[in-house]
Amino acid sequence: MKFGVVVFPGSNCDHDCYHVLKDALGQDTAYIWHKDRSLDGCDCIVLPGGFSYGDYLRTGAIARFSPIMNEVEGFAKKGGIVIGICNGFQVLLESGLLPGAMRHNDSVKFVCKFVNLKTENIDTPFTNRCNKGQVLRIPIAHGEGNYYVDDNTLKALNKENRIIFRYCDKNGEVTPDANPNGSLENIAGIVNKPGNVLGMMPHPERCSEPVLGFVDGKLIFESIIGWLRKR
Amino acid sequence: MFNVKVEVTLKKQVLDPQGLTVKHALESLGFNEVDEVRMGKFLELKIEAKDRKEAEEKLRRMCEKLLVNPVIEDYTYQIEG
Repeated sequence: MKFGVVVFPGSNCDHDCYHVLKDALGQDTAYIWHKDRSLDGCDCIVLPGGFSYGDYLRTGAIARFSPIMNEVEGFAKKGGIVIGICNGFQVLLESGLLPGAMRHNDSVKFVCKFVNLKTENIDTPFTNRCNKGQVLRIPIAHGEGNYYVDDNTLKALNKENRIIFRYCDKNGEVTPDANPNGSLENIAGIVNKPGNVLGMMPHPERCSEPVLGFVDGKLIFESIIGWLRKR
Repeated sequence: MFNVKVEVTLKKQVLDPQGLTVKHALESLGFNEVDEVRMGKFLELKIEAKDRKEAEEKLRRMCEKLLVNPVIEDYTYQIEG
């Protein structure tokens, strides 16, 4: 089993993802440069957070045309496991692998803090180690995480259980007060229709070791490892 | 060579947090007559094309592929030259 962490110019959570997968979880992990044209036999691709191409034009809009993204799209369409975190989520939206788009946070501020996430669907490669409705404590750090999608797609996302995480309070209640950025229906993470591509704004790689205070992020990486092992 | 000016704006139905914040700032300065502020992007391009029609076709392709995100944005353009 091998993990690949894509490195775009301006990625800044690539090392964190690599460290968690390689050192904290003991997985074979490689960096993949954005100009590469091979995924090097990886079973799971991580699109990390950061500011790819300086967030110029729109977040993720230019990274989405990196040579490696052709490979990632082909891999995803064949059922390969892809997780996009923060800027990685924005790249997935721009590439059309996930529906919707990000607006500026409703506060127009960069928000960097721990939030609570309600796990809405545990029948996925990314959440199978969680309990239904489990509240995960994971940090966010973004200026453009205000998720938007048209009404029909939003209905489909709900109907098909594709909204995986919603911002909630500490008791798991999904309330307007718990929404840090204005996202429609408190959406923090979604999957594509077949369920093999996840985009999430919070950063699980920043809370996967006891030394960092919280370890809930590890559940997501362990879910992927467990799922790949079973396959 | 054609000079092209492109304006990219958020669609009407998409909330514009930046525009709203600017509106509030104007209000706090006493400009209470402002009903709405919408913010967008302005791009100037110089495009090589044999005629206006070709320049327009090229521009539309650029907008659809990269310059505009059709999920949340609309665009208008002017071609000069």
